[in-house]
Amino acid sequence: MKVNFFVTCLCDTVKANVAKRTVALLEQLGCEVIFPEAQSCCGQPSINSGYVESSKPAMKSFIRAFECNDYPIVTPAGSCAAMVKAYPEYLRNEPEWASRAQAVADRLFELTQFVVRELGVVQLGAKLVGTAVYHPSCSLIRKLGVRDEPLSLLAEVEGLTLLPIDNQETCCGFGGTFSVKMGEISGEMVKEKVRHMSEVTPDYLIGADISCLMNIGGRLHREGKAIKVMHIAEVLASR
Amino acid sequence: MSMKTSHATFKERIDIQMQDDYMRQSVANAQERMFTNRAKAAEALGNWEQWREMGKEIRQHVLENLDYYLEQLSDKVVENGGNVFFASTAEEARGYIEGVLKEKKAKKIVKSKSMVTEEIDLNKAIIGLGCEVIETDLGEYILQVDDCDPPSHIVVPALHKNRTQIRDIFKEKVGYQGTNDPEEMTRFVRQHIRHDFLEADIGITGCNFAVAETGTVSLVTNEGNARLATSLPKTHIAVMGMERLVPTFEELDIVVSLLCRSAVGLPLTGYVTALTGPRESDQCDGPEEFHLVIVDNGRSAILGSEFKDILRCIRCAACVNTCPAYRHIGGQSYGSIYSGPVGAVLSPLLGGYEDFKELPYACSLCQSCNDVCPVKIPLSDLLLKHRRVMAESKLTPLGERAAAGFFNFVNARPALWGKTVKAGAKVANATIKDGKMPFNVGPLKDWTDSRDLPQPDGESFRSWFKNRQQTKGDQQKNEAGDHHD
Repeated sequence: MKVNFFVTCLCDTVKANVAKRTVALLEQLGCEVIFPEAQSCCGQPSINSGYVESSKPAMKSFIRAFECNDYPIVTPAGSCAAMVKAYPEYLRNEPEWASRAQAVADRLFELTQFVVRELGVVQLGAKLVGTAVYHPSCSLIRKLGVRDEPLSLLAEVEGLTLLPIDNQETCCGFGGTFSVKMGEISGEMVKEKVRHMSEVTPDYLIGADISCLMNIGGRLHREGKAIKVMHIAEVLASR
Repeated sequence: MSMKTSHATFKERIDIQMQDDYMRQSVANAQERMFTNRAKAAEALGNWEQWREMGKEIRQHVLENLDYYLEQLSDKVVENGGNVFFASTAEEARGYIEGVLKEKKAKKIVKSKSMVTEEIDLNKAIIGLGCEVIETDLGEYILQVDDCDPPSHIVVPALHKNRTQIRDIFKEKVGYQGTNDPEEMTRFVRQHIRHDFLEADIGITGCNFAVAETGTVSLVTNEGNARLATSLPKTHIAVMGMERLVPTFEELDIVVSLLCRSAVGLPLTGYVTALTGPRESDQCDGPEEFHLVIVDNGRSAILGSEFKDILRCIRCAACVNTCPAYRHIGGQSYGSIYSGPVGAVLSPLLGGYEDFKELPYACSLCQSCNDVCPVKIPLSDLLLKHRRVMAESKLTPLGERAAAGFFNFVNARPALWGKTVKAGAKVANATIKDGKMPFNVGPLKDWTDSRDLPQPDGESFRSWFKNRQQTKGDQQKNEAGDHHD
């Protein structure tokens, strides 16, 4: 099976290892990975700040980039997937573009959603010994409705025990531009998340959205906590 | 108190509020208690999603036929012997109520909890006439005696205060001598304001929902104060937002079921009161005169806008109780009588962007408000719409507009974007050391005030992938070449 890989700007620039593990994972599952080079950012920083009109050329450019074939599109980030899935609504006044956006959105899957729902696989032969807190991101659980998929994948990882924390499904405070525009509020939110996490002293923090992991990880690093931050693609590639 | 509760800037307000450890602890405790109770009550009722859908449909239906139901309500109230006044503005509403007070030569007014009377700044007008006004809801009473401290929550207005702070306020302002035991303090207030109920000339209440078919005003309370306020004084004035009605008692049953569970996590509150007109000749209690003031104050404009979904709101505050931003900044940071997600949507609509422009950004877009709203208002989507309106009418800072313009220019040009990403990866790798950059200004500083930067993983993914494909291609070519040899 051929799949397109939508890397997301954060993974492309600073967290390439997550992207590489995702590619490795898809290849392990028998997929041939295509990287459409014309892809760019989903536009979230601008769209969620209200600059919808001036973001439309970039949305269209993104749609064009993934119209290069009809294969599924897979991305290791819930928030970017949710953004692209909102394109049809933003472009509804341009019916032709709205339907092209819909066609791309329909082919787009968040990584765990693709592996579990589309490929029907949960056992990947991964091994990671220790305890972990899994952070269910707002984008996954509330925007995409992806709640059980990451958990069923993690349940099959040999040696890994997941620990529940208080207010587990509360936002970590990232929120895109919110993290800098409302830095004080965002900061308090991530401090609380780290406090709850520290109460159970896990070895790892695992998530499926690199933006949340950067946020929580940045706070963990600031507090000098020895909790290793891992994207689920990295966990599933561990042996 | 009007909509606007503070003259400080938003940043000043949150800085002050976030240093208030008592407030933050009170809010966190209350949020957890109310959130848990709400979830339990929803679970106990069963089929919660269907209930929400029904709530949404009822409210949507009313909004789509608002003119019809308002006319029906008005006719019915008059038929029942009451008076109805439609106020387009806060000023008109105040003017009408002032007229009633003057006509009745009122000296003392008792009030039960009502957000809309705060929205129209009614107490100030009443005091301006030389009358005395007493808030009889316990939370509102606490705030009133504390020099009219603004509310921090639409259901639990004094949520930001703990019991010891409340004891101290009572001690200082009303001569309370007891402990900080809530029951003891409540008993004190009950006795303290009993004579006010008996002496009051007029009782003023809000209206949770009016029932159009019967001309009924319903009040959902926990303390019974609204019953005294509407039965002891000779005149009752009810003030309602123009969208707060349901067609019949059948729908009232559903929205009250949703309201009580969503607000306080209970199947019912202590008192659900349905008042239909003034006292009739064969009745022994109730007011002699009844006035219903229906307030527009900007609601018609909302009804015709892309924000109309917010008018479905039944003021349960479930969104407030789940909001993580509210949790840390508290209600007074919003600078509006309406706080939390609903306040962030409603305040700029009713009070304008100038005073409330920051509120739509005080949200991480986590959408947990959308999930709990009993009438399915897409609150976070409406906050995004506010951002869009502000961005597109150039109400946002020039620097931000320029940055967005630059970003969108690059992002719409794949080749340029590719180069930028590769360069960005190089810069990040060269400059980020141990979570820090050598310079720390603007958004970078806003980020690093609370957390470090990520450790970059080396070259960009796209550079790596391209090299890999090339190497693969070369290998395949070589293999093919070997084969031919």
